[in-house]
Amino acid sequence: MSTLDLTAHPTIKRLLRSRWPQLILQLIALAGFLVALLASWLGTPIGNHNFAIVVVWIAWWALLMLLLVPALGRGWCSVCPLPLAGEWLQRGSLLGPRLDVSGRPRPPLGLGRRWPARLRNIWLQNGTFLLLALFSAVVLTQPSATGLVLTVIILVAVIVSLVFERRAFCRYLCPVGGFIGLYAQAAPLEVRVTDPAICTAHTDKSCYVGSAEGYGCPWDLFPGSLTKNTYCGTCMECLRTCPYDNVAVRLRAPGSDLLNPSGRRLDEAYKAFIMLGGAIAYSAVMLGPWGGLKTAAFEIGSLPWLAYVGGLLAFVLLVLPGSFLLAVVLGRRLARPAPPLMKTFVSLAYAFVPLGLAAWIAFSLSFVLTNLSYLWPVVSDPMGWGWNLLGTAALNWHPYLTSFVPPLQALVLAGGLGWTAVTARRIAEQLGGGLRLAWPTLLVALASTVGVLWLLLG
Amino acid sequence: MTVVGNLLASRKRWAAWAVVALAALILAWAPLPSAAYAASARTFRIEARSFAYTPGTLRVNPGDRVTLELVPMDYVHGLYLEGYDLDVKADPGQTARLTFTADRSGTFRFRCSVTCGALHPFMIGKLTVGSGSLWLRAAGLSLLAALAGFLLWRR
Repeated sequence: MSTLDLTAHPTIKRLLRSRWPQLILQLIALAGFLVALLASWLGTPIGNHNFAIVVVWIAWWALLMLLLVPALGRGWCSVCPLPLAGEWLQRGSLLGPRLDVSGRPRPPLGLGRRWPARLRNIWLQNGTFLLLALFSAVVLTQPSATGLVLTVIILVAVIVSLVFERRAFCRYLCPVGGFIGLYAQAAPLEVRVTDPAICTAHTDKSCYVGSAEGYGCPWDLFPGSLTKNTYCGTCMECLRTCPYDNVAVRLRAPGSDLLNPSGRRLDEAYKAFIMLGGAIAYSAVMLGPWGGLKTAAFEIGSLPWLAYVGGLLAFVLLVLPGSFLLAVVLGRRLARPAPPLMKTFVSLAYAFVPLGLAAWIAFSLSFVLTNLSYLWPVVSDPMGWGWNLLGTAALNWHPYLTSFVPPLQALVLAGGLGWTAVTARRIAEQLGGGLRLAWPTLLVALASTVGVLWLLLG
Repeated sequence: MTVVGNLLASRKRWAAWAVVALAALILAWAPLPSAAYAASARTFRIEARSFAYTPGTLRVNPGDRVTLELVPMDYVHGLYLEGYDLDVKADPGQTARLTFTADRSGTFRFRCSVTCGALHPFMIGKLTVGSGSLWLRAAGLSLLAALAGFLLWRR
């Protein structure tokens, strides 16, 4: 598969190697985050007039799901403000590594423990995402709830940074990082070494342990064996530390990682269903006409809320994966010879990544374009205290592109399903089962797509 | 022989993609058979209560003269109708009316246009004018995309 090496262009390479552009973007994101945090605690309690709610859940979400994840994969992770405080404390530096008198990088601050081996997966991230999803109707609408979530996240990120080495919080706990990593596999951008043999022969492994030029991989990866985007935070440290100029940032065919048979895992497979199920559930709760469902999702602790929690968990953890499991069993009956059940389940689950991403894009198009006009008043009056800093405080709510959104959603979902079909067929071919193995999987994907279409357009 | 075989296979594939493109165009734009009906006047009383409209789904025929009576039951609520770009607001217990000719077919969301509480951005109902076939057309296109991806796409 042909790729385009962006780092072959000297200006791009210089920009990516320099710490300043990244730091500037991080500081901008951090400033926005701090204003959001202040607004969440001190600003108006009316969600759609509060900077925290509008900027985090509408503007940032739009940027993330409609642009950054589809185009750059984990690009957001390289400028995310949430782990910055912990990372800066751990490093004892805002920019490059601190060096000792002999010019070698000093050891990181904190305990620097390894993350427990049993937890080196994304099950915890699956859990943190689901936990957030259960409270989402409140978190997305109540500034104080958003403030609480952001505060807890930053505190946990700081504590984890001081106890464990590298970016353990981002890699194993962040509720957002889990799905960004999953969908980064579909992105058209990758960081990879040019010649793995150079890495094999390089005894210092400066990309992993760090050097005077930069830090060892914050994501605990050895770039020399990197074959998927899932856990690469695109922080560019390996670009800085490689003494052989052997790391490249490349454009590639979208979704290349999904067809890579190595490293497929059950935790990631389940993530695909949690995310697809989440997009379906959010479309029903937030964009559907059922007031009872919205109230149930909002009234935490009530019986309807418990029923909502039970229904949501059952749908994303049992119904959707269970339907897929039946499809896999049926596919194995149709295909001869049949590959092992678990291997087939895990492998074919990756075919749902494009559809899940498409479902989130389709949901976000409607959610974001309907509510984006709340942004102009809140940037002028972040706290809702009657300020008018930019002269836009009095602009009225008006949904954007309402005639354009439904056809676009239809195209996005049809494209996502088509991509899922291609991926399912090719994974089934890798497993030796061919079309017969993949047919039932395609039916589950089609049923899911029709469900989302009905919720969004019906 | 191989060259000829490849050429034929290539032509077959192009022909298959042409059929897919034609089918997509038909699915997207072909007129659907519809029952004959006479346009009539339709009035709906819509009670608005945080955070739902009752009834939440409405269906009318194209050409109908539609009146929506918005009756807030708890707080001030609004009703903004997408597609028609119409907006009305009312105080609790009062009735505000919105009258228009349903001259655009499709399914259109209506949303509360007055901040009414935490779930205000999600207070939504829907009006279907005619068959509301977009999602069915989209489902057909999705099926087509799935079949094309499954059977035809080669890279």
